[in-house]
Amino acid sequence: MIINHPILGPRDSQEFVYLGDASLMTRPDGMTAGIEEFHDWLYNRDNPAGLHRELWYHEQGDRSWLVVTRNTVTHEITSVELARDVARKMGRSK
Amino acid sequence: MRPSVGQHCKQVLNRSKGGAGMRYSGFRVIAEALTGHKGWKPVWRDPAPQAEYDYIVVGGGGHGLATAYYLAKEFRQARIAVLEKGYLGGGSVGRNTTIIRSNYILDGNEPFYEFSLKLWEGLEQDFNYNAMVSQRGILNLIHTDAQRDAFVRRGNAMMLNGADATLLDREQIRAMYPWLNFDNARFPIKGGLAQKRGGTVRHDAVAWGYARGADLRGVDLIQNCEVTGMRIENGRIKGVETTRGYIGAKKVGVAVAGSSSRVMAHAGMRLPMESHVLQAFVSEGLKPLIDGVMTFGAGHFYVSQSDKGGLVFGGDIDGYNSYAQRGNLPVIEDVAEGGMALMPAIGRARLLRTWGGIMDMSMDGSPIIDRTHVEGLYFNGGWCYGGFKATPASGWCFAHLMAKDEPHKTATAYRFDRFLKGLMIDEKGQGAQPNLH
Ligand SMILES: Cc1cc2nc3c(=O)[nH]c(=O)nc-3n(C[C@H](O)[C@H](O)[C@H](O)COP(=O)(O)OP(=O)(O)OC[C@H]3O[C@@H](n4cnc5c(N)ncnc54)[C@H](O)[C@@H]3O)c2cc1C
Repeated sequence: MIINHPILGPRDSQEFVYLGDASLMTRPDGMTAGIEEFHDWLYNRDNPAGLHRELWYHEQGDRSWLVVTRNTVTHEITSVELARDVARKMGRSK
Repeated sequence: MRPSVGQHCKQVLNRSKGGAGMRYSGFRVIAEALTGHKGWKPVWRDPAPQAEYDYIVVGGGGHGLATAYYLAKEFRQARIAVLEKGYLGGGSVGRNTTIIRSNYILDGNEPFYEFSLKLWEGLEQDFNYNAMVSQRGILNLIHTDAQRDAFVRRGNAMMLNGADATLLDREQIRAMYPWLNFDNARFPIKGGLAQKRGGTVRHDAVAWGYARGADLRGVDLIQNCEVTGMRIENGRIKGVETTRGYIGAKKVGVAVAGSSSRVMAHAGMRLPMESHVLQAFVSEGLKPLIDGVMTFGAGHFYVSQSDKGGLVFGGDIDGYNSYAQRGNLPVIEDVAEGGMALMPAIGRARLLRTWGGIMDMSMDGSPIIDRTHVEGLYFNGGWCYGGFKATPASGWCFAHLMAKDEPHKTATAYRFDRFLKGLMIDEKGQGAQPNLH
């Protein structure tokens, strides 16, 4: 698979480390969330057959985190964003 | 619940239909050979779904078929159907590298896998079908002192649970496989942990044997029947929607392996699971080279040799969510490198075939056999890349749970709530990262 890095252009997916569903970016607030909510965030997944937003880390490159939208049935990648930009769009500082 | 007289008569009737009821034996093979093999019949019926069953098992892979078989045979239940989206045995049960073993370390796992190995040992007699169970032994190689310590501990844990384990030194392994690369500069072979009762089984024949055994006992095996929804009323399962219409059921057990998240979503559940692709490889036929199963302890490579002579080998999962049933080139390269590091002799062997199957990778690398929040709905999954060896015990324990509503004693740890309670069964100690298990 080729991941079209927003800054570095097309890169072989072998340069990246895969983490999983991009929902991992939205960790519940530790001060207010209960154990059930944390459990759901950490352990449960939608695991869809089809479009999946997921986190890839460019370890052998610029060490940026990316949010890749990929079809889990065809492996086709339809969009690649910097995780930083995605976080900012959600109103976070970084 | 005992089958009623009517149900019993139906089963007997089913048994006398078609090829059902025919027992296999050496005598039978000879008799058929002398009469032009005209007496063989289809091995199971192809029934249309009935309006309602007592038990529906979703998924006609190894685990679903074994569940139906043991429900009928050991737990004496009736009115059972297996619903399979494609054809029987077309999923991972027909795609795996056929290795069986019981070399786990943790209490939640080892008694279950040893139970499974014991069932394998009697399986062919039990279901009267040649599954080519071959206890040719499995050898896990050791390359560092720390790894030896870990394997000694594992071997002891196995023996405490009644399994066999033997620690071998370098010279003992050299006597077995003199052509291994013993003096690899980075990964010298320092020994190995062997389980002599481990080995391989003809995977398709496991599906067929269980299917035939279940059919003989009146189970309806319904193919081309995909479950597309679940009817749940007042917290209780009523039946399932399928591509062949609605089918009612008192109890529904889901055993769909790689499709677990998709099917359980029909009951509004999110599972502690990701689906990943695992590849396997077969070389051209070679003269006898390896008489057992061997794993490289310093990379992702394991290998055995089929009776036709092909080296059957594999390695790691590709590492990203996938439902594609086919993998990518980086893992092929990685596996080939592992193979060359361990056994340079295969350098000129040609690869004949590669394929992939979908793994239900759980958050701690261990399976789930449990009830759900829906009454009458049961779940079996999370088998990761090692569910083939579990097939007999998984079927037995799932049937036990469905028939008696209590877990079998070797499967009490396989609960959904273990993540909430901090009771993970994490053999590798990797945490909630499915692609690392
Ligand atoms: C390449 C490879 C190598 C492996 N090597 C080994 C090994 O050496 N040793 C080992 O122990 N394990 C191994 N495994 C793992 C093992 O094959 C699986 O864990 C095991 O087969 C899963 O259980 P199953 O047989 O019931 O699954 P499957 O055979 O996949 O059965 C699930 C069935 O459910 C059906 N289904 C899905 N959705 C629906 C629906 N909506 N309605 C109806 N039916 C549905 C599917 O069509 C499928 O037939 C390997 C797997 C792969 C892919």
